[in-house]
Amino acid sequence: MGKKLLFKHIDVPGIKDFTVYRSKNGYEAVEKALKTMSPDEVQEEVKKSGLRGRGGAGFPAGMKWSFLDRKSDKPRYLVCNADESEPGTFKDRYLIEHIPHLLVEGMILSSYALGANTSYIYVRGEMKTPIKILENAISEAYANGFLGKNILGTSYSLDLYVQPGGGAYICGEETALLESLEGKRGNPRMKPPFPAISGLYGSPTVVNNVETISAVVPIINDGGDAYAQIGIGKSTGTKLISACGNINKPGVYEIELGLPVEEFIFSDEYCGGIWKNKRLKAVVPGGSSVPILPAELILKTLQGEPRLMSYESLSDGGFASGSMLGSGGFIVFDEDACIVRNTWNFSRFYHHESCGQCSPCREGTGWMEKVLHRIENGHGNERDIDLLVEVAKKIEGNTICPLGDAAAWPVASAIRHFREEFEWHIREPKESMKRNYGIREKSILGA
Amino acid sequence: MVKVTIDGIEVEVEENTTILNAARRIGGDVVPPAMCYYSKLKGSGGKCRTCLVKVSQGSAKDPRPMPKLVASCSTMVQDGMVILNSTSPEVVDARKSVVEFLLINHPLDCPVCDQAGECDLQNLTYAHGLSKSRYEEERRTFEKIDIGEHIQLHMTRCILCYRCVYTADQITDKRVHGVLNRGDASEIGTYIKNVIENDFSGNVIDVCPVGALTDKTFRFKQRVWFSKPMDAHRNCSKCSGKVALWMKGNDILRVTGRKNSFGEVEEFICNECRFEKKKTEDWTIEGPRHISNHSVISQNHYENTFKAKLASRQPKEIYGNKDSAEK
Repeated sequence: MGKKLLFKHIDVPGIKDFTVYRSKNGYEAVEKALKTMSPDEVQEEVKKSGLRGRGGAGFPAGMKWSFLDRKSDKPRYLVCNADESEPGTFKDRYLIEHIPHLLVEGMILSSYALGANTSYIYVRGEMKTPIKILENAISEAYANGFLGKNILGTSYSLDLYVQPGGGAYICGEETALLESLEGKRGNPRMKPPFPAISGLYGSPTVVNNVETISAVVPIINDGGDAYAQIGIGKSTGTKLISACGNINKPGVYEIELGLPVEEFIFSDEYCGGIWKNKRLKAVVPGGSSVPILPAELILKTLQGEPRLMSYESLSDGGFASGSMLGSGGFIVFDEDACIVRNTWNFSRFYHHESCGQCSPCREGTGWMEKVLHRIENGHGNERDIDLLVEVAKKIEGNTICPLGDAAAWPVASAIRHFREEFEWHIREPKESMKRNYGIREKSILGA
Repeated sequence: MVKVTIDGIEVEVEENTTILNAARRIGGDVVPPAMCYYSKLKGSGGKCRTCLVKVSQGSAKDPRPMPKLVASCSTMVQDGMVILNSTSPEVVDARKSVVEFLLINHPLDCPVCDQAGECDLQNLTYAHGLSKSRYEEERRTFEKIDIGEHIQLHMTRCILCYRCVYTADQITDKRVHGVLNRGDASEIGTYIKNVIENDFSGNVIDVCPVGALTDKTFRFKQRVWFSKPMDAHRNCSKCSGKVALWMKGNDILRVTGRKNSFGEVEEFICNECRFEKKKTEDWTIEGPRHISNHSVISQNHYENTFKAKLASRQPKEIYGNKDSAEK
């Protein structure tokens, strides 16, 4: 049984309510920090903990906080990124729905550390229920004196707002999120300047993921050193993994970083093995944008060491034989899953979500989707595979924001590891159609 | 002042200059092409990715190269920066692919497009494009719409550079058009058929790098290279009145702003000058406008180019190299 930090009390009935949460040592970290610690000490604890951004990039949170321009006389802002929309990732929604006060508490602590007196939680527009739950939790916190003017009688004041987004994946990119929060079209900004210098309304801003901010609570409660003890190497602490796909027990699990991937997939505590006793074919370990890995590479690295659930181990071998931990959207494919259809599905998503600002992503995502759609529907061409590789390569790194990379990686990696399946799809359109769609061969091929 | 090296040529520029503007200081082949950046429009640039360059040395203090290609129009120079533009195969390759991406949804209707001959995308394709498209899928198309009395928007040709949006935002009073939808379905639109009515709205035509926004008083009148560009001015209460006239004989077919060698207008002009003053007596004509002899527009103006060509031609010994002639 791994150590639980965020989900310690998740099974307590009524933990959504302030009184129940408070009875389970809730808001004690706020009391401790505001009464006995200076903002710099809070930041120092987070630095010591080695906490890394849980939104996907894995950048050390303490270091990100230290980049904040403190000399500026403008107000400082903390923005929580709850615009979780990556296919396969649903950990933040689960956390907000079940234990919203943890996020509110984390927001108070982080805002205090950064010296922000106004903070925002930008929630994806489609998450109607979580928004209601979160707003309810915030009003409870206001009523009990944990938000508003002079929190707990100290000189520190904080206002916390929930802002629903319009439902665009691109608004999960931090600068697009800020644009959207300002009421503009959600287009990513040119960087530099980074938000830490000029973010929301031109003020210094820190944007952090829901899970990152929530993890500040156990760090303050137990101390940064205790948090750093958990995990492995530079991947400290626990991570929420949202497991889905062809497994027996899909859901959100809190794991200690460093857990072997094999144990995560096959043990009954977590995913519980592949459904219907089928064999494992491939895994996308960190949400749809990270490279897919075939079974032999996800369980063991190229050197034959067991692969662990950590930032370093999953990216071992670079993109040639590794992937990324990303945002923790763990998608499992069994032996009958079609990689081509899945790649097309991902590609369709990125085509739909590209903001259209810069040309490689706007045009390239559509191109890849159309070619993949053609291959999937039995009209593929031998040269299409190389074309896809090349288009993906041309998008990668040439765009304003990482959405271009996120669109290119799944396609490039699927072809890198499953080229034979793509070729088979093109050579045997009828067979592949039979496998993927059963009897629909006539209606599609006849068109 | 900071010193930067672009393609091996050193130049000294003020701090907070972009790489693109530093390159424009040198001029010639060193200048990266720009489809969306417009020096007179604040916030423009960074979108088309044709101006990508390689930074092989970040600065004198931190000589590490930048990991990715950077957009030269929005990246500031640092002291001691070393930049590779056309001398880097990586940059040339990336530019080629951007051209390919831009052409995916661009109709190749240059033969019937009024912009042909002075089209940035046409020039860019000529310099960097492939002769054959690998794109076999369906292209996006839109209906032509009229935005205002004199301006037509043909969205199918648009490359979404956002220049017209910035123009309307910054030099007119009230912007009524913008970008709708997203991804490759995004379009410039006025939302519920609004009409752009403003004294300076005609400038969106001049800033458009392609033929998406065209002057309805000029549409299909004349190929641009058959007309004679003339510098002219008039006393105008709204703008500077300094324009370029595009003439056929003594008729004025079109009035535009004067564009510099980077394709940017020197001064924005008002709609009255642009659309209404089409008689020779309205204008004081200064003389023929200088057009680069690389431009297709100059092809009919022998008086300018022919002399220049003769002057530049050095007598050559054509019988000297006998060996190669025999082979």
